[in-house]
Amino acid sequence: MRKEKLGGDTYRYEIESSLAASRFRPGQFVIIRITEKGERIPLTIAGVDPQKGTVTLIVQALGKSTKDLAETNEGDAIEDCVGPLGNPSEIAKYGRVVCIGGGTGIACIFPIIEALADAGNEVISIIGARTGSLLFLEDEIGSLSKEIYVTTDDGSRGQRGFVTDALCTVLKRYDSGGIQRVMAIGPPLMMKAVADATRPYAVKTVVSLNTIMVDGTGMCGACRVYVDGEMKFACIDGPEFDAHKVNFEDLISRLTMFEKKEKIACTQCRQERKD
Amino acid sequence: MPAGKEGLMLEIGGKRVQMAEQPADERRKNFRSVPLGYTVEEAMVEAQRCIQCEYAPCERHCPVRMKLKAIIRKIATGKFRDAFLIAKQDNPIPAIAGLVCPQEDQCEGVCPLACHGQGINIGKLEAFIAQWAMDNNVKEEFHIADKPARVAVIGSGPAGISCAVDLRRYGYGVTVFEALHMAGGVLQYGIPAFRLPKDIVDYEISYLEEIGAEVRLNHIVGQNITFEELRREYDAIFIGTGAGAPQFLGIEGERLKGVYSANEFLIRANLMKAYLFPEYDTPIICGDRVGVIGAGNVAMDVARCAVRLGAGEVFILYRRTRKESPAREEEVQHGLEEGIIFVELVSPVRVLGGDDGWVKAIELQRMRLGEPDKSGRPRPVKIEGSEFTMDLDTVVESLGTQPNRLFLDKLPQLDKTEWGTIKVDDTLRTNLDGIYAGGDAIRGNATVILALGDGRKAARSIHEFIAAKNK
Repeated sequence: MRKEKLGGDTYRYEIESSLAASRFRPGQFVIIRITEKGERIPLTIAGVDPQKGTVTLIVQALGKSTKDLAETNEGDAIEDCVGPLGNPSEIAKYGRVVCIGGGTGIACIFPIIEALADAGNEVISIIGARTGSLLFLEDEIGSLSKEIYVTTDDGSRGQRGFVTDALCTVLKRYDSGGIQRVMAIGPPLMMKAVADATRPYAVKTVVSLNTIMVDGTGMCGACRVYVDGEMKFACIDGPEFDAHKVNFEDLISRLTMFEKKEKIACTQCRQERKD
Repeated sequence: MPAGKEGLMLEIGGKRVQMAEQPADERRKNFRSVPLGYTVEEAMVEAQRCIQCEYAPCERHCPVRMKLKAIIRKIATGKFRDAFLIAKQDNPIPAIAGLVCPQEDQCEGVCPLACHGQGINIGKLEAFIAQWAMDNNVKEEFHIADKPARVAVIGSGPAGISCAVDLRRYGYGVTVFEALHMAGGVLQYGIPAFRLPKDIVDYEISYLEEIGAEVRLNHIVGQNITFEELRREYDAIFIGTGAGAPQFLGIEGERLKGVYSANEFLIRANLMKAYLFPEYDTPIICGDRVGVIGAGNVAMDVARCAVRLGAGEVFILYRRTRKESPAREEEVQHGLEEGIIFVELVSPVRVLGGDDGWVKAIELQRMRLGEPDKSGRPRPVKIEGSEFTMDLDTVVESLGTQPNRLFLDKLPQLDKTEWGTIKVDDTLRTNLDGIYAGGDAIRGNATVILALGDGRKAARSIHEFIAAKNK
């Protein structure tokens, strides 16, 4: 495993997993387990190197497991990495496409931008983060895009505001019919805001849902989401869904199911490390 | 008194020797095995009660036709090694079958002594010799004459394990593909440790590797490795993918926090060891009042896990009565001893939640028993206007499972039944040449022992298929 700090508590990891690396298509994810006692955490793949047999993950250390991951060292091994999981993004020549990445979602959208540009689309990219130090891949994404908008909540880099502010500008400029598809990956609230922004323009909008998962193979139903009133499993039916049909309230509520336990896990492990 | 074939005077009749168990009060607090195992003396006394009847109905009612009469005779005379080796001839994992088989419907149910309620405790004897073999490091040894042909086994549950063991005996190269990070399938993720200690599962998997089968974890056929690749690389394939997809009622409120499928609850508790949180990272939130919808063996497993996870009250919500429950009597009894409560003749209408998005209660409708349905059990009929609510903070839906879509959706060319299971002929061959299937993938929700039987049968069919091809 290789590890590199990107800024704040966000790191880039290169993990050896030849199976996942050789079969990856944009939009897919892996499930990793850091230790033998670790939980299975789903992470969207930010890129692969099939020659080296590695997958790249960009992860912010937020919960117990992602903090454990951040404490590993270059050269360490994690318990396991299974993938690629989920369905790949639908890639076709749509015309003009807007791709939005928020936070670590920037990493997740990157391979999709690559594939869409490759397929001959005109890509307009919008990337945003809380602050400038949490932005990355700006140059790489810029070189693949016809236009790139950068936003930060605090205005420390790019335009001050949210990705949706930039999106509104773009939507207004091209109006209905000028944009064939919008693709967004980021925090659930951001994806909901994107869906709300594009709805009046009736632009097909796709989001990638990172729900709670356990097995990731359709066995547990923890990742169930409601799309157009119908129950879907993010792991095997998704992770990408039509943003205008996703019930974001349920999604956001269900994501907090284990919040209290997460806190216990975090406090406990910090305590142990002090001891 | 009849004389046994080996000149031993057999003790007939007498009382069934019950296996010692962890007291209910104690086991409510842990995930350790409930049965504590026979002592050598207890096993011998129990085995000596067998009348060695000529027709041995026990053997005829065993799905894998174990030579039970001979096994019991050997135990009666203290020849445990022999007993174990005879058991292994027909059942690659006697330790597991002894613990989880529904013996009361099979061997033990037809024992001539059963009419007095004192049938031979065959399951526990089987578990005893398997444990004895494990403790004394006695293993079945056989010479494997390696053949060049290779077979892929998809799934490392009971069907896959038994198929793989037999294929190795025939001499074929075997690769077992497992989607999860641990092998064992339902034995690992589904059946709780207090019913099937996980060291037994690990032991059987390591035996499989010892005899030369390769187990590839984290390989999801149809997802990160294609079925076509397997067809190209292997001479035959066995599909033992089980029935792992959960079913939901589709009622209002099941999107609330605190609602689980039985599979999620059990996977967290068993496979991920959430009962050891925070030593293990995976959390589970089990409330104080838990409602389990359904009354099968899986529902009992969920309810008994919930008790051990600290729930105050655990209710089995069932639309029929306890008498019609498809669960094994032993599981129901164990559950009742541990304090689970049967709420009979109720059907869930909707789950009610608070502003915080968590489950608060369930609305139930009372039922009455009507005419028998196709299964022969009385059909539950709704009583209009009988709705009432019951406060709950956790709801687990245990409604049975279906074959996993992830695998089957990607194989439209494989014939399926109207229930979504894989269609096979008498030899367990599917409509595709060289592809065989067994276990829950063809049966829906069945038992470990039927899966074991299928695995063996499919191995024999695969052997015949490869032999014919090479002629």
